[in-house]
Amino acid sequence: MPVKLCKEGTTLVAFLSGEIDHHSAIALREAVDGAIKLVKPQKLEIDFSGVTFMDSSGVGFVMGRYKLVSFYGGTVVVKNASERIEKILSLSGIEKIAQIERRDKAV
Amino acid sequence: MREKKTNEMKLILQSRSQNEGVARIAVSGFLSSLDPTIEEINDIKTAVSEAVTNCIVHAYEESVGTIYITCQMYGKTVHIKIRDTGCGIEDVEKAMTPLYTTKGDERSGLGFAVMESFMDGLRVKSIPGKGTTVYMKKTIFGK
Repeated sequence: MPVKLCKEGTTLVAFLSGEIDHHSAIALREAVDGAIKLVKPQKLEIDFSGVTFMDSSGVGFVMGRYKLVSFYGGTVVVKNASERIEKILSLSGIEKIAQIERRDKAV
Repeated sequence: MREKKTNEMKLILQSRSQNEGVARIAVSGFLSSLDPTIEEINDIKTAVSEAVTNCIVHAYEESVGTIYITCQMYGKTVHIKIRDTGCGIEDVEKAMTPLYTTKGDERSGLGFAVMESFMDGLRVKSIPGKGTTVYMKKTIFGK
């Protein structure tokens, strides 16, 4: 499974890795949604640092998770997205629904 | 005048979602002789992924059909044609509008917008009931 899920208090962190396309997004969605329903997080952090490829299916993935998390009253943060991934995400105006934390902010 | 055709690849795939990755790898392998930058290769991989996904998600929906991919090199310019014989698009202009989707929450409606933004040219021809052909091109400047 190209996702590692960690619970930190009321935050759920999803570390994505590998290639995100329409094919891989199906399993990804199931895994993350399962965890969201269990944890009902106040905040979902989606970490893209291990992602080597993403097409617009990744945008649909973030939008779909936003819907579910906000149903439980939570928010979504997008972390460590490469410039290319950010460019694709921003085509959708994703910053309206998710907070974007830039890569290597701490460095 | 257009340069002479210097190379060509034709690829026929079933519209199964695992072939999205196959199409990306095949096209990027074909282009490797042009010594593209990582950025250029990723631009093309992303655009190809979008076009192939459209064939799988929209053109053939629940059924399995055939996707025809043709890549041609004219010197440093790459022409990519991705064709299906699926349901076709009633209103191409509407389908190309960013964020417009017929597929609900999990599809962003950005497929054509991504193709447009990562390639130098994009043309879409579609006949309802007959299928859709996407033409894209990009010039590779390389390393």
